[in-house]
Formats: sequence, structure tokens, C-alpha cells
Amino acid sequence: MKLSGWGKYPVVDCQLSKPRSEEELSQSVLKSNAIARGNGRAYGDSALNRTNTIDMRKFSHMLSFDPKSGQLVAESGVLLSDIIKAFLPRGWFPIVTPGTRFVSLGGMVAADVHGKNHHVDGSFGNCIDWLDVMSADGNVMRCSRTENAELFNWTIGGMGLTGVILRVALRLRSVNTGWIRQTTHVAQNLDTAIDMFEDSLDATYSVAWIDCLSSGDALGRSLVMLGEHATLSELPNKCRANLFPSVSKPKLAVPFSLPRFCLNTYSVRAFNALYYWNGKRGDATSYVNWNSYFYPLDSIMNWNRIYGRKGFAQFQCVLPLGNARTSLNDMLEEIAASGRGSFLAVLKRFGKQESRFSFPMEGYTLALDFPISNGSVSLIQKLGQMTAKGGGRIYLAKDSIMNAQSLRATDAARVAEFETMRQTSGAAERFASMQSERLKL
Amino acid sequence: MSNGPVLILGARSDIAQATAHEYAEHGYPIQLAARNSETLQIIKHDFETRYQIQVTLHDFDVLDVERHAEFVDGLPELPEIVVCAVGALGNQEEDEKDILGAAQIIRSNFEGPASILAVLANRFEKRASGSLVGISSVAGERGRATNYIYGSAKAGFSAYLSGLRNRLSKKGVHVVTVLPGFVDTKMTESLDLPEKLTAQPSEVASAIVRATKKRKNIVYSKPVWAFIMTVIRSIPEFLFKKMRI
Repeated sequence: MKLSGWGKYPVVDCQLSKPRSEEELSQSVLKSNAIARGNGRAYGDSALNRTNTIDMRKFSHMLSFDPKSGQLVAESGVLLSDIIKAFLPRGWFPIVTPGTRFVSLGGMVAADVHGKNHHVDGSFGNCIDWLDVMSADGNVMRCSRTENAELFNWTIGGMGLTGVILRVALRLRSVNTGWIRQTTHVAQNLDTAIDMFEDSLDATYSVAWIDCLSSGDALGRSLVMLGEHATLSELPNKCRANLFPSVSKPKLAVPFSLPRFCLNTYSVRAFNALYYWNGKRGDATSYVNWNSYFYPLDSIMNWNRIYGRKGFAQFQCVLPLGNARTSLNDMLEEIAASGRGSFLAVLKRFGKQESRFSFPMEGYTLALDFPISNGSVSLIQKLGQMTAKGGGRIYLAKDSIMNAQSLRATDAARVAEFETMRQTSGAAERFASMQSERLKL
Repeated sequence: MSNGPVLILGARSDIAQATAHEYAEHGYPIQLAARNSETLQIIKHDFETRYQIQVTLHDFDVLDVERHAEFVDGLPELPEIVVCAVGALGNQEEDEKDILGAAQIIRSNFEGPASILAVLANRFEKRASGSLVGISSVAGERGRATNYIYGSAKAGFSAYLSGLRNRLSKKGVHVVTVLPGFVDTKMTESLDLPEKLTAQPSEVASAIVRATKKRKNIVYSKPVWAFIMTVIRSIPEFLFKKMRI
């Protein structure tokens, strides 16, 4: 059947199996080289395999919860949205969450996702106690920081290329309320935005939205948004009445792929200006519910259709702290000059991270969407080269464009070790995605 | 007021599990009944972790009609709601030649479900409360060459449910007939179903929970099926016999 990632590019005819038990799963794994697929929220081709894509969503059981430690054990097809639905009313929230709650646990592990609190809590891998992974021989291995540590460390961020993630033991965070105290600051340009991040390292959550089309002195003008979990005592009365607000059914949906002209430069400009002035007017503290704070786009179902039938690509890089200012400045100039500014450009400070193959490193990460076209593909390639020059990396969960050479230009040493590990463990013959083939991993 | 338990018969099916989820989410304790019920342990863990409700597992064989009364006696509590999701699609072509195979399909879809619902109906009648939900099929609305063995058994089951409803409506017991059209389940995994007419198990589950809450009599998985079946029922037999549908 026709499958794609969230970016709807590429769309590929794949053989899909839906195993319901470990036995059925091992049959699928042993049939031919395979990739596991969760809820299809990686943007590109990370979870596509023409001859053998394994849909893991039947593995969707929660197995146990320990209210003392906050440890939840669940199968990898469980969605983050289900975890929040079950546990937020009891005062628990994920320690690390990406920008959508419609991701599977397996996908979160494979991409080692990060959230707005990376500079404080690190990536998703930090809250995982152990994993069960089906390896190349079809056997299931328990792994953790102390048991089969190699497999554990490579699997977190390993894009499903070390084995099939079956079960995850993760810790949740205890929260007082489902509200976030948000403070929004306006930054006139990139430098100010970065200064604000550096001054706000003690804020639990921080993220900036960048107007990609501004240039000159206003290059990189942004809204920097800081957030803290609100405690009961600080909450205004109207929020207290609904301590753990639940999600209403999404009110907005994009019913079909919009024609391309809906997203021309003008509409993006209008959107950007609106967002900017809105934020400027509300330059103050407000209380927002968890859903609109963490998952603003989740309330517009199928928002990926806004880019039209051809789909879109997302570019996300991270640049090390030392080079971040100059590299980001160059990139934003390149983007502003191209006039291909994206709907969403997000800047975020990462904290320190040592990991085998995960994306984050200490520095700044920039993420943007581009509707697919020849021009945007070459712009993304150009941005990739600039990332390599700045000593940064590209996020594989977002990528659909890079080639084997450009990957190695950003991450040569780790890629070489990853390849060796895949060869010696037998994973190279057994697990492959269109992305891993494109990148020759 | 706390909810009484919901008994799910044939708990291994996708529709049954989706329905159990929906009731569990509303806070009902759940009794899951199926053959080899210990293999449903993972569902029990899942529900207990997600919904903090009580789940019990019970061995149940729909064909073992002699022990149905004993089965009901063995439940920790007489349920408030029963959902009978037992059934088997069979293989029409093979079963046309294999009389015993056909009999097995008829027994699994009609005789067995009728027997267990009879036991429960009598107890509900005595108690003067409760809801009985039978999952039948649109295949029972008209016999077709491609699945009339399954369809005729479901037709019998639908008539049985209708009769039960008629008998018990004055006794405080409600009966719901569910007529799912195409549903995306393990049972239909090998069939190529039209997407627009195919419901997800969770849609059927929501329809069932709504039906017991609002005391509806007959529910379809998607409203369009009520229309489709009206058309199919109204085709004159002299035309219908020549059609391939």
C-alpha cells in the first residue's frame, strides 16, 4: 500500500504487515530486510521499506505503572497521546515530549526525540530505564544502561536500524496541574534571541519562533517563549476549576491537500507578521493548557496537507555552541534571500548530550519546513553543507533529502561506528529503511 | 453511583476489545470471556494500567452450550451489560462441500450465542435490569451466494435478538442488535474492503456504548449501511438471484 512519512514525501508503495504477537513479528522480521513503523510521524522515509514495512500499532498495550517511581512499562506501539490521556489526570506527564503527541513510543526511542526542555532534561533516552528489542535473529533482548548496554545505547537514536523496539520502560514526571506558565519575549534579531536563551538556561522550557523572511537588522527576529509547569497555588481561579484540562476533539481539520498557491510567499509573510505582532502585544505571562503549549499543531488535524499534494520536507540541524551565531546567521540570510521561508521556523537551545547516534549536541537547533520543489531541495542541500561547515548535524527523523556523502560530511566518525556495529551484530542484513539505503547506513 | 460490570463474550475479537476499551474508559469493571482466557492477560494489564478498573478473565466456549449456565454462575457478579461478539466467518466455498464445517459456522454464529444470551436474559429478567448487546451482521439481512452460510446464521441471530427485545422490553431489560458493515479487523484482514464503507473497530465500539446509554435498538457501524441495506432488501428476488453482489 502507498505509505509516506508525515511530510508526504516521498510516497512509496510498500508491503505492510501488521503482526499481533512476538511470533508473528519474528516471522515478519526473518522474511527479508525490514523496518518497523509506528504512527508514521517521522517526516521522510525513515519508516518505509518497499518489501517489508512492519506496522507496530497492534503492540499497543500498557503493561504496568509504578506510582512510586513514575515508571510506566508499555509496548512500543502505544501513542504518547494515550499515555497523557491515562496519566495526566493522575498528575503525571512525559519528561520529554516532541511537538506532537501522536508519536509512538517506539518512534520516540528510535529518533531519540527532544523537547523544549532539552537544555535541562536532555533527550527522551534519558527517561528510559530499559528496552526490549527484537534483534536480527528474531530473539527478544532486554537491554538497559547495565544489561546489553551496547544494544541499548545504539538503539536510542538508532532509527530502528538495530532491531525492532518492542517494549519500553520509561519514567514520567509528577506534575501539580496541566497548566504551563508561559512568558513570551520579543527579540529584534537573532543575536538578541540567542542572548535570551543564554540568559534563560534555568527555564524548564524554552523555544523561539523565527520570522524567516525578515532581513537586514531584523534578520532572525523572533518570539522567545519560556515555560514552567504551573503549581496549584499560583493558578488563576478559572484554571483551577479545570486542573487537568482534557483534549477536546480537534475543531479544525485540513480536509484535503491544498493547492500549492495557498502557500505562496505572501501568505507566509502574512502569517509571520500576524504571529509576530500577536506575540508583541501579549508580551507578558499567561497560563496556557498543556495541549496548546506543547502541541499547538495537533489541534489542526492533517496540517501536513497544507503544503499541497507534492508534500514537504523539513530541515532540522543542530550547530555547536561556538559556531551557532555565525552559522545560523548565514543560514537565515540564505533562507531570507531565497524567499522560500517556511511556515514554521523554530530555534531551540540544546544542552550537553553524549550519545552513540542521537541527534542532539550542545548548541542551537533550527527547524524549518519547505514545500517540495526543485528550488527547495537545492536550498536544503545548501543548508546541509552549511551545517557540515559549522560542525553540526542533521536530524534523521526529519530528513528525506540528504545523501550518503552529505551525511558523512556532518557526522563521519559516528556514522562509521554505526556501520561497524550494524555489520557485526547482523542488523545490517536484517533492518533497512529507504532512508538507511539512501544514506548507505 | 458505580457502574456494574460489562461482560464481553468472545473477547479476542477486535470489535470486542475496542468495545471493552470504551466501557473501561467510562469506568466500568470488565469481565473478559473467551477460550484460553489466560492469553488475554496482556489486555487485563493494559486496562488496569490505563483505566485503574477491575478486569477479570473467564474461560468460555460458545459451542459448549451445556455449560453456559455454569459459566454464568462462575462470574464474580452478574454483569450489568453483556456484549456478545462471538462469531466465525468461515470459508463459504469450502463449507458448501463440508456439511460439518457449515454446521460449525452456524452453531458458532447462532446456536452458541443464542444459548448464552438465553441464560443471561433469564437472569436479567429476574433482576429486571441490564442490557444485552448482540453483534450480528448486515450479511444476515439477505442471503448472498458468496456468504450465505455465515449470513443465514447471522439472520437467525438477528431474529433471535429481535424476539428477545420484544419479550424483555416490558421487563426493564434492553436488547441491542449491532449490524456492522465492513470493519477493519483481523477477521477481514485478507479481504480488499472499500475504505469509505469500512469502519474502524473503535467506531463500532462507540456506537455500541452510545446504544446502551441511549437505549437504541439497532445500530450500524456507519450510517450509510442503513441506507445500503434498505436498498439491498428492496431488490425483487427475481432480479436479486441474477446479481453478483
